[in-house]
Amino acid sequence: MRPVEIKKDIFWVGAVDWSTIDFHGYSLARKGTTYNAYLVKDEKITLFDTVKAPFCEEFIETIAQVVDPAKIDYIVANHLEPDHAGCLARLVELVKPEKIFVSPMGKRSLEAHFHPQGWPVEEMKTGSTLSLGKRTVTFIETRMLHWPDSMSSYLAEDKLLITNDAFGQNLATTERFADEIDRSKLRAAMSAYYGNIVLPYSSVVEKTLAAIQGMNLDIDMLAPDHGLIFRGEADVRYAIETYLEFAAQKPKNRALVVYDTMWHSTEKMAFAVVDGLMDEGVSARAMHLKSFHQSDVMTELMYCGALAVGSPTLNNGILPGIAGLLTYMKGLRPQNKVAAAFGSFGWSGECVNILKNLLTDMNFEVVEPQVKVKHVPDKDVLAQCVELGRTLGRALKAKL
Amino acid sequence: MAQDRYVCTICGYTYDPKQGDPDGGIKPGTEFKDLPEDWTCPVCGASKDQFEKEG
Repeated sequence: MRPVEIKKDIFWVGAVDWSTIDFHGYSLARKGTTYNAYLVKDEKITLFDTVKAPFCEEFIETIAQVVDPAKIDYIVANHLEPDHAGCLARLVELVKPEKIFVSPMGKRSLEAHFHPQGWPVEEMKTGSTLSLGKRTVTFIETRMLHWPDSMSSYLAEDKLLITNDAFGQNLATTERFADEIDRSKLRAAMSAYYGNIVLPYSSVVEKTLAAIQGMNLDIDMLAPDHGLIFRGEADVRYAIETYLEFAAQKPKNRALVVYDTMWHSTEKMAFAVVDGLMDEGVSARAMHLKSFHQSDVMTELMYCGALAVGSPTLNNGILPGIAGLLTYMKGLRPQNKVAAAFGSFGWSGECVNILKNLLTDMNFEVVEPQVKVKHVPDKDVLAQCVELGRTLGRALKAKL
Repeated sequence: MAQDRYVCTICGYTYDPKQGDPDGGIKPGTEFKDLPEDWTCPVCGASKDQFEKEG
């Protein structure tokens, strides 16, 4: 891949992954992704982050278009997850760096990943500085954005903040800057990334952005480790404001009806719930879980203030796909949502109580009454489902 | 009353007895030592033994 000079003597030297859709084993990156790494040519030639292991040789060739990789003096590992540190061991062997800089939690993470022998690792706490010659790097720990080891690197002379996973998007493109693509596509990719990775740490996002603002850093470029770079003050402000909006999780007048079904009874109920939401003027989307991945559901939930979940009863439980979705959702800790539960059953009918308990456990405000039906819903039951949709819609509007 | 603050060594969250952890059902005024043994860090989920006294 061609390196791109993003600032004088600072080069994007990452890898574009056009075809990996399974992102880290739990979400889908339907448009591929990039692993961004940045090379600074100064008195000390410094590499910020690496790329995922399968791209190692390509990565080394990309660096070689800028400098001989063996001349790299310093490596900064802002985050030790293998999509960014996947080539670290190979680089250490090739480059024999004078120093490797990590956050204090990064040191622990590095040891647990690589079990290194004699690597010249140095811990950098928030506020620690490193001179590269003409420029100085200031390190900022950004714990839980999104791992304990996460760190950002600020290059004051260049007004550049290398943010690691924060502000990332899964988009495989030849463009390197956010202003080169359609804004709605950019925003969709930012929300998919946030909703599946950053969401549980929304309170940390708010505190960390406030702390960075308190440091009065002059920033005119945010360079994340996935996707496109935000250049210029307006785009930097856009990225920060978008993150603050995502973190606030203010309810929106939109509902998601997610369901799984065996013989289409729960599906009929789902469509009736949608009708009820429409009656209340709430925009809604139905998602059959067999047609959508759990990460698509979480991305959709980013736009919704209400969630209705439907599952039939299977052997005294709920369908395993819905159980998996709700486990995934619970870990991502969505906030400020109202919810409803419905489902069909054959003989015992535990589904709606199980769903209600799971949703309550996630701090969703669950509306009553849930609707369940033995085998196939008739007109009366579907009317109850419409009413459930209306009740959910009213509960949502009361929160707007 | 001691009111010592404790810091999560994993994510840096600070437990302040004056605030408690209302989302986790812990009332303001609860000392760190009086938190239930199964209480976990509200940010990263680390267990109580991963906390150190601030200072």
